[in-house]
Amino acid sequence: MEPGEIHALLGENGAGKSTLMNVLYGLYQPDEGEILVDGKPLKLKGPSDAIGAGIGMVHQHFMLVPVFTVTENIMLGAEQIRGGIAGFLDRRRARREVTEVSERYNLRVDPDAVIEDLPVGIQQRVEIVKALTRDVDLLILDEPTAVLTPQETEELLTVMRSLKAAGKSIVFITHKLGEVKAIADRITVIRRGKTVGTASPEASRDELAALMVGRNVRLTVDKTPATPGDPVLEVAGLVVDDDRQIRAVDGVDLTVRAGEVLGVAGVQGNGQTELIEAIMGLRPVLAGTISLTGDRINGWKPKRVLRAGVGYVPEDRSVDGLIKEFSVAENLVLDIYDRPPFGAGLALKPDAIAASAKERIEQFDVRTSSADAAVGTLSGGNQQKVIVARELSRPLKLLIAAQPTRGVDVGSIEFIHSQVIRERDIGTAVMVVSSELDEVIGLADRIAVMYRGRIIGIVGPDTPREEIGLLMAGISPDAAHDAIAAPAADEPGAATAADSPGVADGSPANDAGSASEDEA
Amino acid sequence: MSTMAVPDIAVAPVDEGFWTRSRKVGLTLLALGLLSAVLFGALATDQQARFTLSDDAAGAALEINGTIGAILFGIITVAAGAALLAGVPKRWFLPVLGVGLVAFVLSFLCWQVSAAPTGQNFMPLVNIIRGTFILALPLIFGALAGVLCERSGVVNVAIEGQLLMGAFSGALFGSISGSVWVGLVAAAIGGAFISLLLAVFAIRYLVDQVVMGIVLNLLAVGVTGFLYERLMQTDAAKYNSAPRFSNWEIPLLKDIPVLGPALFRGNIFLYLGLLLVLVIHIGLFRTRWGLRTRSVGEHPIAADTLGVKVLRVRYRNVLLAGVVAGIGGASYTLALYSFTKNMIGGKGFIALAALIFGRWNPTGALLAALFFGFADQLATYLGAINSVIPSQFLAMLPYLATILAVAGLVGRVRAPAADGKPYIKG
Repeated sequence: MEPGEIHALLGENGAGKSTLMNVLYGLYQPDEGEILVDGKPLKLKGPSDAIGAGIGMVHQHFMLVPVFTVTENIMLGAEQIRGGIAGFLDRRRARREVTEVSERYNLRVDPDAVIEDLPVGIQQRVEIVKALTRDVDLLILDEPTAVLTPQETEELLTVMRSLKAAGKSIVFITHKLGEVKAIADRITVIRRGKTVGTASPEASRDELAALMVGRNVRLTVDKTPATPGDPVLEVAGLVVDDDRQIRAVDGVDLTVRAGEVLGVAGVQGNGQTELIEAIMGLRPVLAGTISLTGDRINGWKPKRVLRAGVGYVPEDRSVDGLIKEFSVAENLVLDIYDRPPFGAGLALKPDAIAASAKERIEQFDVRTSSADAAVGTLSGGNQQKVIVARELSRPLKLLIAAQPTRGVDVGSIEFIHSQVIRERDIGTAVMVVSSELDEVIGLADRIAVMYRGRIIGIVGPDTPREEIGLLMAGISPDAAHDAIAAPAADEPGAATAADSPGVADGSPANDAGSASEDEA
Repeated sequence: MSTMAVPDIAVAPVDEGFWTRSRKVGLTLLALGLLSAVLFGALATDQQARFTLSDDAAGAALEINGTIGAILFGIITVAAGAALLAGVPKRWFLPVLGVGLVAFVLSFLCWQVSAAPTGQNFMPLVNIIRGTFILALPLIFGALAGVLCERSGVVNVAIEGQLLMGAFSGALFGSISGSVWVGLVAAAIGGAFISLLLAVFAIRYLVDQVVMGIVLNLLAVGVTGFLYERLMQTDAAKYNSAPRFSNWEIPLLKDIPVLGPALFRGNIFLYLGLLLVLVIHIGLFRTRWGLRTRSVGEHPIAADTLGVKVLRVRYRNVLLAGVVAGIGGASYTLALYSFTKNMIGGKGFIALAALIFGRWNPTGALLAALFFGFADQLATYLGAINSVIPSQFLAMLPYLATILAVAGLVGRVRAPAADGKPYIKG
């Protein structure tokens, strides 16, 4: 690492990126080898040694106490004290330091806000300020964009550039190629715990992806044009509230036909989750109708919806999709364990379950030590394959996949995408909801953009991503179209297009990349 | 950044509709007030209800006609309920609720005192207040022990055992040495011994903390019971006749009317208990120790990444809790009674309830302990004046209140997030 450098550490899930960085931060002890800082070997017995050596880390899961204020979180472990051994906290001095640091690096935070009231993007900012108040020279960011909206991601990239300008070095751990290309000065690719190569940000996405997974992967989804049939899912005038009783879905109409993929794009939190949960019977419908091949399914229990031929890949696999402590085989029959051939009366049929598991594991390329391994021990991508395998093993009329490849490595993404398209091609209606615009564009035959609980527009897959980006920002379809047609005339519109939604890759990311070079 | 408005996912305030918690509580209070004005007013007699400012019937007193008092205080409760129902600013919620509940209790007392047999139509306030604090004292110590432990993330169900062991060691070593101070130190060590077992098994060996707490309570009962029968009873004069702390009068404060004689002519344990509430409250929220303790109880991994020694903080706090509870146990044997088998009799569990009722906050725990102490004292008083209310019924009320409190009636009750979860590094 050089001072003032952004070094991206790229690798698939489970490649060893986070483990390496936890060693650097003193959380884990190395079995062999040594760490050199300014040419001198460094022994880290714990995080405090790492902080002392000028290494700070922003963890993937934030290390913030939710009920503490921003100031309390930042001062913890390095408290400003007055009053001798009694150790009274000097909150005023601490607050001043927080304000100072946050102003110096243009990271605005309210020092008295309580963490649990803050949005994720701001919490991450608090984490960065926390590291900066400890005078770190090297900042490790572990998958910082995994939880952020495209807007927040863009803000983070801006912050990283200004830190770099201030002479801080940054290690940026990720598996998102677009971000790496946009920001990194140097790229190290890790695979299965080994460095497999370094690259410059000019390397093409395909080259980087190939380095990561060890073979050439296609980033575009191979598919033929769709041949839509009869409507399968029809939603009309749907109104749904979220957990806080705030209107989340506010009059949605949409239709998904047999043999087509409807992609639902949008910044997270615009009602996509509630829309799907209402369709699955997981959330009460306040108004409107949902029908499946003509049957009104409002108010059906989830089990009945599933049995009616709906496949469901939930947004958060660890909460809704799998029972982590159960084995792979058990998770594969969670939906039909009580039906022949897996269940009879009160009893399960272990042999049938095992036999079917063996078959599925092979068919869906699930990498597991055995069918009896707890599913929680698998990597994210393989867990997701277990869910996909389970859902696609029933005859389906409709497949609903929410964030099907979130936190999944490139190899598995490719596989899951091909499975979704295969399902479409046998005539299933497919609805894919994703906050990754690339994924939606790659898979969908039609793209519906959700904004504040409504479908703001439905466009074809060939629509420029800038135009979809504007829709995601709530600009009406006509205005968005005009803005793209004449970008020079409409300065703010163009700025948004470059800034916000298309962070993942493509031309906006390239713009951002050149901007960083200018600054450097 | 862009000058353009990005999608604004602002969090709208939660709209609870008309029936906010404040209004629901107001309605309940209103109903209570009506009940007391009508029912207590009808049952009260025309006797004067006297609240004497002394230990007995003599001296100055606050007097009110029983019927009028019961109705008047009932109406105050109704008014408080109506105010909450009409909607008051948030910071007024607790004071108004407090006024309403106190008025309800007063209405009840006007009935009870006026309906007492002739000659007993008085309530000695000094006596009642002193009794309340004495009965609350073991609860205060116990609840503070809970605060120390649980704020650092270790569930302390062993309060009962810590109190009992403290009481026993205080009695035994106080008797042998003939010194109250030796007894006090021994009591602290006795409580800390139970804590040490809890700490080692819960923190080092990751045993379920609730199960461990229960086992330790049983162990304390068993060990002290055995030694009581086989040792203390063989020669009670030698082993179970500890000297007692005499009452210390505090200059100036002892002359405050009512409170002076009730509180400031007491023994060291009372002063120590109140002082500890203050010290622990300030310590928890104003000092480095407190910040680290709370961080370890809420999010130990975060604390660890900042160089806070999670396990060390927990060991220290659990041991401190044992010291506090041990001294609490000695408030029996070094001030009031000689040791008897299982003499704590469940007060440790009530302290646990006070801890929860007080929302893991030292001052809250003090108020909850006083509330329990008052209910206890009131039951005794009502028994003495031959009330129609069975004292067992009154003795039940505090626990009913705890259940309602825990169910969220008095606002969200939230334990420290990592309470009861062992911390495993890496």
